[in-house]
Amino acid sequence: MATLYEGFTLCGLLQTQNVSDSAIQGIELDGDSDHVVVTDTTRSVTLYKVSDQKPLGNWTVKQGQSLTCPAVYNNQTKEYVVVSDKRVIRVWRNEDLNLDKAFKATVSADVWRVHSALEGEPVVLFNRGAVRLLDALLSAPQQTIENVLSEEEIIRWSTNFVVEKQHFVLFTTEQKKMHFLYVQRLNPNTLHKYRLEREDSGAPPLSVSASLWDKRINLLYMYPNGCVYQSAVAVWGQAAALEDEEAPALPRTLLLRLPVGEGELGAASAVALDEAHVAVVGVPHPSAGTGKDFLCVWNTNFQTLQAGKEMAGRIYGQVWCYSGKLLVPHGKALSVIPYDCQKSSLASALGKLWKCGKEEPRSSVAVPSWNSLLYEEQPQGPARAVETRRSKLSRKSQSVLALTVDQVLELIKTGPVEEVQREVEALVSRGDAQDLQTSVGQLACQLVGRSQAESAFYTPGALAQLVHTQYLCHSVCPDLLLLALEHKDYFLCQLCLQLFPDIPEVVTCACLRAFISVLDGDVEMVSLEPDSVSFMEGLVAAGARGGQQNGFSPALYDEDSCDAHHQPRLHQDKTPAVQLEACPVGLHKAVLLNEVLQTPYSDSLLLPHLKDLNSQQVILFLQYLQFLYLKYSQDAYTQMPGLRSPTMTQIIDWVCLVLDAHFMVLVMAPDAKGLLKNLHFFVKSQVRLFSELGKIEDSFKELHRMKPSKDIGQYSIEVIELF
Amino acid sequence: MGEFKVHRVRFFEYMPTAIRAMSFNAHTERLALARVDGSVEVFNFADRYFQEKVIPGKDAHSIEALCWVGGRLFSAGLHGEITEYDLENLRPKYSLEAYGGPIWTIISNPQGTHVIGCEDGTVKLFEVLAEGVQFERNLDRQKGRIISLSWHPSGTRIAAGMMDMIRVFDVLTGHAIQRLLVDRSVGGCKSRETVVWTVVFLSDHTIFSSDSAGKVQVWDGHTGTLVKTHQLTKWDVLALSDESSVVAGTSEGTVVQFQFIAPNLQQQEKEWVRTRTFKNHTHDVRALVEIGTAIVSGGMDTQLVVRPLLEKFEEKCFASGLRRIHFPHRNLVSCAQKARLLLLQFPGQLELWRLGESDGHGKPGDILPLKTKPEKLLYLKRKGKDHICCSALSSCGGWLAYSTVSSVRLYRLQTDNNISITKVPKLPKVLRSAHQLCFSSESSYLFAASSQSSVLVISLNQSECKYVHTLKPKSGMWILIYRLCVAVDGKWLATANSDCEVHVYNLQKLELHCMVPMYSSCPSAMGIHPTTNNLTMVHADQQIFEFSIAEKQYTVWSRKLQMQGLHNLWLNRDTPVTHVTFNPKNPDQILLHDMYMFCIIDQSLPLPDQKTQFYNQMTLRSLSEQERPSHLHAFKVCKSFQDLMCMRLLDDQSLVVVERPLMAINSQLPAPVRQKKFAT
Repeated sequence: MATLYEGFTLCGLLQTQNVSDSAIQGIELDGDSDHVVVTDTTRSVTLYKVSDQKPLGNWTVKQGQSLTCPAVYNNQTKEYVVVSDKRVIRVWRNEDLNLDKAFKATVSADVWRVHSALEGEPVVLFNRGAVRLLDALLSAPQQTIENVLSEEEIIRWSTNFVVEKQHFVLFTTEQKKMHFLYVQRLNPNTLHKYRLEREDSGAPPLSVSASLWDKRINLLYMYPNGCVYQSAVAVWGQAAALEDEEAPALPRTLLLRLPVGEGELGAASAVALDEAHVAVVGVPHPSAGTGKDFLCVWNTNFQTLQAGKEMAGRIYGQVWCYSGKLLVPHGKALSVIPYDCQKSSLASALGKLWKCGKEEPRSSVAVPSWNSLLYEEQPQGPARAVETRRSKLSRKSQSVLALTVDQVLELIKTGPVEEVQREVEALVSRGDAQDLQTSVGQLACQLVGRSQAESAFYTPGALAQLVHTQYLCHSVCPDLLLLALEHKDYFLCQLCLQLFPDIPEVVTCACLRAFISVLDGDVEMVSLEPDSVSFMEGLVAAGARGGQQNGFSPALYDEDSCDAHHQPRLHQDKTPAVQLEACPVGLHKAVLLNEVLQTPYSDSLLLPHLKDLNSQQVILFLQYLQFLYLKYSQDAYTQMPGLRSPTMTQIIDWVCLVLDAHFMVLVMAPDAKGLLKNLHFFVKSQVRLFSELGKIEDSFKELHRMKPSKDIGQYSIEVIELF
Repeated sequence: MGEFKVHRVRFFEYMPTAIRAMSFNAHTERLALARVDGSVEVFNFADRYFQEKVIPGKDAHSIEALCWVGGRLFSAGLHGEITEYDLENLRPKYSLEAYGGPIWTIISNPQGTHVIGCEDGTVKLFEVLAEGVQFERNLDRQKGRIISLSWHPSGTRIAAGMMDMIRVFDVLTGHAIQRLLVDRSVGGCKSRETVVWTVVFLSDHTIFSSDSAGKVQVWDGHTGTLVKTHQLTKWDVLALSDESSVVAGTSEGTVVQFQFIAPNLQQQEKEWVRTRTFKNHTHDVRALVEIGTAIVSGGMDTQLVVRPLLEKFEEKCFASGLRRIHFPHRNLVSCAQKARLLLLQFPGQLELWRLGESDGHGKPGDILPLKTKPEKLLYLKRKGKDHICCSALSSCGGWLAYSTVSSVRLYRLQTDNNISITKVPKLPKVLRSAHQLCFSSESSYLFAASSQSSVLVISLNQSECKYVHTLKPKSGMWILIYRLCVAVDGKWLATANSDCEVHVYNLQKLELHCMVPMYSSCPSAMGIHPTTNNLTMVHADQQIFEFSIAEKQYTVWSRKLQMQGLHNLWLNRDTPVTHVTFNPKNPDQILLHDMYMFCIIDQSLPLPDQKTQFYNQMTLRSLSEQERPSHLHAFKVCKSFQDLMCMRLLDDQSLVVVERPLMAINSQLPAPVRQKKFAT
């Protein structure tokens, strides 16, 4: 999961004449990871210490001059480099106070950018595409600069990298609505040119960013329609002939299709945080209307929104990412937002997706579904085929699909229940699942929205099918689960609980409360997911069978069942001990409760919501948990393979949570007395077990510590002392 | 007291042999024990289980059974002969061929009649006469060998264990009157015969049998019916013994007790109930004796275990402790203090080793680097079939002598540069055998404890060896001399005999000087002090006496010790002291050792009383130099070395300890029967 922490303002922004333009030209790292060099669009360069939120130095050019490229820091000479008025390169040090007195050199052609990588010297990129190392250029500033690009070709974006001591300069150009990527390698110089594939609208990419993962350059570019593509640039590829009319298209994969809300995106930008996470600014939050002033972190492997933050004021479509912090200019301020991208467990299970494709930069990456990885069961419903990004890319049916989705969305607004149901099902079962990922969210939101508006409108089948596609998550459609609860659609609830990874604790608790208080009779008629039902049936039947598994004799079985029962038998003849055989809730109710038990949660967030349960509900729930515990410990936990079932740890955790939340209530309630006593014996037995284990561990340690008795051998001469 | 360099020797690969048979003489409280190598040992159970006598074995002369008749000890074995032992001269008195093939068992009834069970199926009756045994008659010959026999206490019936059956004979008629069939093993091979290893005939005509199928069965001897079967083990039940209860030993090393008691509190009727199980052995229990207060068992793991029956004791005493006897109570190692040689005695050979050297110095606890390693100089195989019974090495290392029951051999040794050994020819005719050999300190005389309580004095020199004299006590009793010691100045010789008498001879006058006052316990070790000529004796009951030879009375120190009494911890030690020696450099020091410790007694220090911490070496170590003197006492016990066979002080003040770790002995035993153990 990725987290966006509370941000802070680094500096205010100057007001520019044009409101839509950012006041910041560029932000570069200093040698110190806590320092950034901010170049504004006019005349000044400021060095900030980020953690202290204060400027360390400020340099301005004279009135009338302007800075035409962001200042960079040369890590090797500890100098700052900036270009003013397109042709004057200025180099200064930290201790220089006045920029005018610093070193200046005028070059013979317009400079586009100066780039500096941490472990290399700065590189100068000219407007016409020529590239020079800064040192070489400054030794002969007036050298002639060749033209690489034609007159109409304009550089839009550039960056540089040092990969294995090789300088690479990447820049994109625009020429007659065509977009190209140049990859320039220095020493030896080679130039590669790629054509960026046209997006349907023909719009230029809104933003381009490049990142270096595992010695490969990944280009991330975003179009106004919300598509974020990724391309791996082969830096060691064959030199392509520039003269060739047809530059090869740069292969791309669709990473994300972001919801764009109304209209196209204006100022937006995407930057890759790591292999799996992308930070996006200027794109609407999927569940927060159409406002575009959001900073969102998306997981590209699972197409899930991981974190979002509303940025006050205008977003300029600029975002920088340095050393765990995102720098976003918005409104009148430049904000610094620390973030943290934990490798999701699945990503680590896959072993860092990109690493498996080391040999071939464009290798396909399989993205198995959550379900098959987490629960090792075949996904039900429309099978989501494991597909590669390339195959997604090859699909050409996007425009057709988009129309259909739109039509269905329209239909949902007004159409009758049956028709909506039919159309949605048809749309989903068309099987072009990969491109459904964004439309599914929209469909679900629409359906839920209408259902909430009209109580008569409810399409359980369509919703279930949408959930089954597994593109939905709770954050995409937060009202879905509550709606299902409201309509007592327990099957849908179960599906959501199973498939949504991000159900908030308050909703989990609401489900729990609903499930506990539902009458057994109501729920027994509901058809539930068959695997979980059969698991529960097996568990209940295990007691009835008498536990004759693996040749267990009944006596042994009794002994094994639970230590907790020994002591009540000793101390009091008849304890109202919960009978092992009797499940305190009905079968289907138990199935639903099991789903709650298996939902991810965090203790501190769940605890306050658990207090919403009343004492009767708590007692019943505890009885059920106790039943599960006894069953598990009794049957030596012969879990049926392949069936989704709560683990022992989950059960114990829930027991603890419920007890924590309602301890006083339970102590006071007379009918909870027996239950508490039994639970107390569980704990006692567990404590005893662990103390014994501790003892064993200690004695093992002691054994380890004991020195092996020294071998005396056949003969030795020793010295002893007697007193 | 100071530091000692200790030569820690573990190359003595002494290996006791398995115990095969035992017989207990309740009248004299002597336990006779036969080992697989044919040796017979006699333990005095009245004197702290002291091993009084060892009759060495003989090749191809295994013993299957032992039996006491009065004070006479008989044995029989697979060689087919009945042997009576001369217990005073530690040799077989005579052997009588029984003409029935190998003999499996020999028992006697109180009337003094022997029966033997033979391989050929006959039960033979022998009459024990004063001068020997005489064949009387055969009982009806049976098919199959007779493995075990038991007299009915009345002397009229004999039960015989055979293959797959038990027969009951009427002794008068010689006819078999009962035939009790013993089942073959349940789980095992049906075709394998069940061997009835032992039978016990009780006075109420109950017959107990133990067999190779792991059963102990109770039979009614009148009707010949099986009363009860106790399945003890999957393996053989090998030994049974009767008294008020019946005990059975198994191949797994357990001893199971059966008692004739009422199974329920209210019930009057008694029956045989399996009551207790002891596990003191790792291997087969081959011999079992119940001696009233204890169960004595022995077997393949070579140790003799005395397991007290605690209900027979009212208070804690020496006899109420579990005893294990591993090592012989005599010295198998001789040491040449001057020449730094060790002579190791095995039944079949002698080994001569030179100790290693180290010139390093170290602090206490260090192991010094060796300059020279120990060296095996000599491997001397005995001649003839008889096993070696004693050996001696002169302190200069120039002479070596050993004796079997049939001959004494003396060798001249050269160990300086080139090792040579020459047998001394023409030994005096009188020197036929010896129980104990001893050289004088200058190596000019050899003393041999010989038959009829006499000590032969042989003078030695380069050219010849000459019989000088026979020392004899005044009384005409022929009693075994089992300890000898000579004064360093060559003036005195002390002997100890099995009647607990200690005689001191004047070697210059060659006559008896005096007799030490009688004490009830045998001296287990003696030594004569090199400067004061005081005779120090340590007895089997752990008492220490010091007797001034010149004054013919106990010394002041000895009286003081007896007045004050020895510390309880000293008295309750398990094993007897087997050697006493002195420190020539410090006349106050007496060095002695048993199996578990060695002790230096400093006579100049105060004696410990009962309240003193007896084993105080650890405490003293932790005290400061100034505090120590107030905590010192005379007994300085060192337990750093275990399983001690020998401890000597060399002339350079370094100690030699010879250890034989029990672990090493156990590791050389054959594998025990496999038992399922937890987690294996």
